[in-house]
Amino acid sequence: MINAIAIYVLWLREMKRFVRAKSRVIGTLAMPIFFLAFLGMGLGNINIPSMAKDVEYIHFLVPGIVGMTMLFTSMFAGMSVLWDKEFGFLKEIMVAPVNRVSIVIGRIIGGATTSIFQGILILGISILMGFKIVSIPAFFSSIVFMLLISSTFIGLGLIFASKMKDIQGFGMITNFVIFPLFFLSGALYPLENLPVWIRYISYLDPLTYGVDGLRGVLIGVSSFPVLLNFAILVGFSSIMVFLGAYFFEKSESV
Amino acid sequence: MVAIEVKNLTKMFNGFTAVDNISFKVKKGELFGLLGPNGAGKTTTINMLSTLLNPSSGHAKVSGYDIIKEREKVRRSIGIVFQEPALDNRLTGKENLEFHAMLYGMNKKERNRRIKEVLELVGLSDKANVLVGNYSGGMKRRLEIARGFIHRPKVLFLDEPTLGLDAQTRRHIWDYIRKLNKENKITIILTTHYMEEADYLCDRIGIIDHGKIIAMDTPNRLKDKLGGDIIILELEGNADKFMNAINKLKFVNSFKKHDSKLTLMVKKGEKRLPEIISIAQKKGVGIISATLHKPSLENVFLHFTGKTIREKEASQKEKFMEFAKRRFRR
Ligand SMILES: Nc1ncnc2c1ncn2[C@@H]1O[C@H](COP(=O)(O)OP(=O)(O)OP(=O)(O)O)[C@@H](O)[C@H]1O
Ligand SMILES: [Mg+2]
Repeated sequence: MINAIAIYVLWLREMKRFVRAKSRVIGTLAMPIFFLAFLGMGLGNINIPSMAKDVEYIHFLVPGIVGMTMLFTSMFAGMSVLWDKEFGFLKEIMVAPVNRVSIVIGRIIGGATTSIFQGILILGISILMGFKIVSIPAFFSSIVFMLLISSTFIGLGLIFASKMKDIQGFGMITNFVIFPLFFLSGALYPLENLPVWIRYISYLDPLTYGVDGLRGVLIGVSSFPVLLNFAILVGFSSIMVFLGAYFFEKSESV
Repeated sequence: MVAIEVKNLTKMFNGFTAVDNISFKVKKGELFGLLGPNGAGKTTTINMLSTLLNPSSGHAKVSGYDIIKEREKVRRSIGIVFQEPALDNRLTGKENLEFHAMLYGMNKKERNRRIKEVLELVGLSDKANVLVGNYSGGMKRRLEIARGFIHRPKVLFLDEPTLGLDAQTRRHIWDYIRKLNKENKITIILTTHYMEEADYLCDRIGIIDHGKIIAMDTPNRLKDKLGGDIIILELEGNADKFMNAINKLKFVNSFKKHDSKLTLMVKKGEKRLPEIISIAQKKGVGIISATLHKPSLENVFLHFTGKTIREKEASQKEKFMEFAKRRFRR
């Protein structure tokens, strides 16, 4: 039984906190902006080989950085449960007469909204830097991909948050989960240039298909067909959301 | 009518028994207190009754609903103020209340009316739109209490509601709690390790220590169990004859002489004191001073646990220091 009001309230809370946490948002967005600015300036006009068509690096990079933004913001959104635990607020949520599924859905929709907002912000900044999207519908298709990437990693964040007692392990997750997922995804360079065995690992990384799909819709060039990327991501996000909800339900809030 | 029924409730944390086979009932409209030192198992009990923790064994019903099988119904019928703060600091006081009221399915009109009402009751109307992060500790506590009953729960759990507050704020909160209980007929379960608090507020008290309830009754009857009131006489002259007479008195439950001071435990002390004084005069003993006091819960706690609650907490602190020392030496 889904509780629409509860989902809305949790979403609303996420929005209010987001608007009030400007410094935190700037902090999260600083890294993708630096990557974009320095890599874009430094390597901007170099052509990328081993893509079907030759593509300027800045065009290759932007979808990757949008994917990176989605990865970081979504993982943090999923793991924000830990902050609620730390500040005791999780108990207030868990003791309310609302089923756990609605709570998870509320969190995912709230987290996805703020993540996608930040992804679009990065996209806007790239356009100012000379990035061109192939068409208007392409922009909307990219939002679909952002949503899929976001729900996948919010789900993953929830799984980690449910398995951890406090925020101590936050840095470990950032260094040993988020960064490897980022580098393995081909956000910064074509996977074709990696040794074969690493390439196989990267095929297990949901972000690989997210970044490739974003490239496919935003610049019209991708390693896999866009629909394949879409289908694989739908699979990943369903599994992650399900597991995230499952572990969240199992975890104790005190 | 029974509001809460607890049967053989037990909670173990990896082999350590935090709550040990406790049973009790709380009547509708009653203000019941769980009194005990740090680590006694009060919070663990509340967490089980409010469905946040699964019991290891035993059963309990809250407003008629089983805490394991009918969690959502239990949740719908209770309000709770946690021991540790549980507010969102990035929301204003009013937004915290709104969040709560919406989660509990209150419609807009009812919500706005209740928010106004409860803010007034706890004296926070003028701070409604301030971010909770900027509230003082006492203000946060009052907001949490307001939040706990905004949705008109049948049963309200208060886990150490006045912990760490100054005397004046504590008094205020006591008054709110009383008002809620008496005027709004909310059944309240409160935990505390303040004797005065338990004494002042509670209709009935369960004394809990090491996860077990070792005594349970009204504050007055608990005190009566000690054998009456405490009379202390300061004597002058040879008291031997007087002591013999005292020994024969049926209403004296026990007595102890220390130098010139005689301490007696006497039922209905205020009635017996004149009698005792006249006996002293007959036996030729002078009385320099006489004091009578009712036993406090402190005395009761001492009686049942063999230690005062403060000694208990001190010894816990020692244990902790020792533990810390061992950790740091390594
Ligand atoms: N999650 C947990 N894991 C392991 N042990 C726990 C856990 N929660 C509580 N305990 C232990 O159970 C015992 C009872 O704790 P509880 O918090 O119920 O005590 P309390 O009576 O509320 O004490 P206080 O007055 O300090 O709040 C303590 O020894 C505590 O260390
Ligand atoms: Mg406690």
